[in-house]
Amino acid sequence: MNPLWLSHFTATSSIGRGLDQTLAALCQRRTGLAPCTFDTVDLATVVGEVAGVDEVRIPAHLAEFDCRNNRLALLGLMQDGFAEAVHAAIKKFGAQRIGVFLGTSTSGILQTELAYRRRNHATGALPVDFIYGATHNTFSVADFTRHYFGLTGPAVVVSSACSSSAKVFSSAQRMMAAGLIDAAIVGGVDSLCLTTLYGFNSLGLLSEQACRPYDAQRNGLSIGEAAAFALLESVPEHPRENLSNDAVLLLGIGESSDAYHMSSPHPDGLGSRMAMQDALKMSGLRPSEIDYINLHGTATQNNDAVEGKVVSALFGQATPCSSTKGATGHTLGAAGGLEAVICALALQHGLLPAGLNTQNLDPALDLDYLLDNREQPVARVLSNSFGFGGTNCSLIFGRAGSA
Amino acid sequence: MTLTAYIEGIGLLGPGLTDWPSSQSILSGQQPYQPSKTILPSPVLLPAAERRRSGAIVKLTLATGLEAIAAARLDAISLPSVFSASGGDGENCHAICEMLASDDRQISPTRFHNSVHNTASGYWSIATGAMTASSVLCAFDASFGAGLLEALTQVVVDNTRIVLLACDTPYPEPLYKVRSIPDAFGIALVLAPERSAKALAKITANLTDASADRLADTALESLRLSIPAARGLPLLHTIAMQQDGHVVLDYLDSTRLAMAITLY
Repeated sequence: MNPLWLSHFTATSSIGRGLDQTLAALCQRRTGLAPCTFDTVDLATVVGEVAGVDEVRIPAHLAEFDCRNNRLALLGLMQDGFAEAVHAAIKKFGAQRIGVFLGTSTSGILQTELAYRRRNHATGALPVDFIYGATHNTFSVADFTRHYFGLTGPAVVVSSACSSSAKVFSSAQRMMAAGLIDAAIVGGVDSLCLTTLYGFNSLGLLSEQACRPYDAQRNGLSIGEAAAFALLESVPEHPRENLSNDAVLLLGIGESSDAYHMSSPHPDGLGSRMAMQDALKMSGLRPSEIDYINLHGTATQNNDAVEGKVVSALFGQATPCSSTKGATGHTLGAAGGLEAVICALALQHGLLPAGLNTQNLDPALDLDYLLDNREQPVARVLSNSFGFGGTNCSLIFGRAGSA
Repeated sequence: MTLTAYIEGIGLLGPGLTDWPSSQSILSGQQPYQPSKTILPSPVLLPAAERRRSGAIVKLTLATGLEAIAAARLDAISLPSVFSASGGDGENCHAICEMLASDDRQISPTRFHNSVHNTASGYWSIATGAMTASSVLCAFDASFGAGLLEALTQVVVDNTRIVLLACDTPYPEPLYKVRSIPDAFGIALVLAPERSAKALAKITANLTDASADRLADTALESLRLSIPAARGLPLLHTIAMQQDGHVVLDYLDSTRLAMAITLY
């Protein structure tokens, strides 16, 4: 593929609103995880909740979209001048030439969970103020985003569980290559809800403490929420003159399916291996040319054991890697987008972020897993996102000056 | 920008439409359309445990997808897939929301893993052994158009065959009242980048401002309007008529898909 330029990007998660706060938290090794006080949840767990989401006001003309997921989306769009960048792109390319490709796993399902508490006792009907299409429906966040900006081009939500907002890069890349659009808003938004908290609890995958990816004693994940966005554009002609050295490029994408089990990874990681290999192949890079791997690293026994085995087999011990979910929690459908932005920060600031909370690395996993931040020039990084249903996606990003 | 692909196989299942061969005479008007409840076959390709856990959307996509792939004389194991649905497993979603609103919130692991929008894609890969990429999309009422557009870009840009599985299943009450999808309906298409001896039709697609075409048969038009996946019916209608033609398929409020269809 031709590399694509992430001309603007932003992320909002429990470690901060926007890039400055996110970078500061990574530099300071600060986690956003805290004991869960969300809604009426009575589980002993920690979550990465974004402060102030429910204070966000959806504009009156888009009131039907009002739900936690779209409030978080709007909060995210307001950071780092991202909305202004979209407006500028509309002026440059036209509203019909910008696509919207967003990932979410649970969308606004919280709105339906809350509505089910307010059903009519006699008829069982949902309250009349509940608007399914603009809140609960999986498309809601992309529909909100396109209406917010007045975009009229192609728009879609990719919803493949925890690979969703990694796979959006693939859909956007193809639509740009096909010439249907000139730019794309890509990213992911997922927000806290009871379905995921009680669901992961039912699988015994929820840790009671802040998750410890790749730790020998890891015992499950911590759920977070996030909104992350990037504006994808073609690399300008004459990139040496027209692109700064620290511009971030999408270099490769690999996708696969495990074809094994709905909620457990293939024991040998065949699918995730294919995704990483295909991303390398598409970018024309050798494993040794990757300077950092942002692991999927959920801190479940299974995920980390399988992913660690595959990364070790493909990259050896030489490639520094970490999971940033100890900081942000697992933001599910937003994880691919959030971790893409963290990778972009790593490239621009020469920072390899440590995996937080991990005390004793799993001795069975032969990796250069970062327990401390490392500062060094970073040219190319790989980010892994895997999910229920056996879906796998690996992305490779590079710094323009070194690509 | 025009996207071109070749249809090599079609799968169809919905109320009163039991498969593609028998539906052609209905769509072309040679036989009357008589709506009756969609009958979903048991997903025999799934291992017993998964078969027990599979909901309507899994059965629907396995039926339509395998029909299209068999018609194209291909093996599902090698085909990338695009799943596009306006919602997931509605029965399962209702059961979870009901439990979460009760005093006992302990939903089952199976309920939880069946709650993801890519449930059908996950079971599909387990049933067929396909380790290929699978795009799983939602665009509410625009889901058929979004799925077809994604499939076409994969065919054109990645130069690959692909199977598109557009599908919808109903919610039970009380969600049915706010999202009234009357029955299960699915269309599957195998699309190829080059013309082969198996090609049934060549399709080209553009984005357009024109309004979506309607179906002349009022019952079929009502089906098209009531189920997002059925917004693809005008394409199948043209193929069933065995005549080259142009149709505009529904997509977003701001843009539709103009299709030119050449029969072989």
